[in-house]
Amino acid sequence: MIPLQAAAIAFVGAGGLAVVLARDLVRQALLNGFFGLGLVVLFLVFQAPDVALSALAVGGAAAPLVLALAIAKVSRREGRRDG
Amino acid sequence: MSRRARTALFLAGGAGLVALLAWGFAGLPAFGDYHGVYGHLLNQRSLGQTHAMNTVVAVTFDYRGFDTLGEEFILFASVLGVALLLREARSRPPEEVDVREPFDPVRATGTIATPLFFLLGLFVIAHGNLTPGGGFQGGVVTAVAIVLIGLAADRSVFHRLAPKPFADLLEGIGVGAYAAIGVGGVAAGAAFLQSFDERGKIGLLTSGGTIPLLNWATGIEVTAAVVLIASEFFEELEER
Amino acid sequence: MSYLPYALAGWLFVVGLYGVVTSRNLIHLVMCLSVAQSGTYVLLLAIGYVKGGTAPIVNGVALGTRMVDPVVQALTLTDVVVSVTTLALLLAIAVEVHKRTGTLDPDELREMRG
Repeated sequence: MIPLQAAAIAFVGAGGLAVVLARDLVRQALLNGFFGLGLVVLFLVFQAPDVALSALAVGGAAAPLVLALAIAKVSRREGRRDG
Repeated sequence: MSRRARTALFLAGGAGLVALLAWGFAGLPAFGDYHGVYGHLLNQRSLGQTHAMNTVVAVTFDYRGFDTLGEEFILFASVLGVALLLREARSRPPEEVDVREPFDPVRATGTIATPLFFLLGLFVIAHGNLTPGGGFQGGVVTAVAIVLIGLAADRSVFHRLAPKPFADLLEGIGVGAYAAIGVGGVAAGAAFLQSFDERGKIGLLTSGGTIPLLNWATGIEVTAAVVLIASEFFEELEER
Repeated sequence: MSYLPYALAGWLFVVGLYGVVTSRNLIHLVMCLSVAQSGTYVLLLAIGYVKGGTAPIVNGVALGTRMVDPVVQALTLTDVVVSVTTLALLLAIAVEVHKRTGTLDPDELREMRG
């Protein structure tokens, strides 16, 4: 279990840095999804299945939905203004 | 303050924060070396006292039910904020703005997936006190199933199936039911949110006293909250 | 090595804060804030971990098996679900700001126009 924990920790650390350093909004939303999945594996490896389930439901479905809708709304206004 | 000055100030402050955190973390017991007594006590006693197999759900809704009530109010207040912000500022009523038909594979997948996810969400809510799950997780899954209708079909279908007044009402019912069950504990002569129902046989879906009731109240509230948020954002996309 | 999860929690928090401070876009800022929040979840779960322990579900396990702490898991799981609604609230604020001023850059939003 210990190598799996170390691997999950490394993945989450790298994912967090990637989310912060991303430039484009859509790319950042995608990286946020990967970061969420890494968190799910980390929670599972820390023997917390309830937390992993809620993180999966939230980070896999609810948060990307809300993010995508907000980004679409903002980009539509930008496109309409420039175009 | 210019951007560069702000970043420099943050780096200076951040170094101090990192030092403070490192000093604080060094005082914690090592990873895996758990010193607390409360956790071990709960693990041993929880099944006998609450008859719920899932200790985390027993802690959430029975031992620490008051904290969960606070969290539900936070959820309620956030959805209230979203609705206030996005409804007040809508200048004109939403008109039909280039409604594109979703692709056929999306439609097919949505048609199959929606009832499955809905059932899965209800299953996860119902089995909260037996397996990992509960009101919060199952509520999000059920809400996503309902929102999937709006993504895979026409948005007008979504607005007809899950109208906003109905979602508002359900959310209020969820929070109110949780508080009412708590008051029921007082009415039965015990403390607020203390379980007044009989505990039942271990392993049944109805075991655990008031834990299943609180579970369902939470599930209903979380479902309605996420559906309401998605509905508000959908209407934002349709405006102008 | 045994303090690695705590280091991860501190790392996520500081990296998220750095993203918030140097962000050029309000939606990017909100996502960095959620990264900082995840740091606190990792810290909570790391504190409650028992070496050799298993998940705190008493479904058919032998009496006396070691289990991890359930209290921190209860706190974290309600937190994770509530965080999506606060994320929605922050995004609604960002969308409103964009509607009224046309920009999402925090540096350009400095003065409050009446």
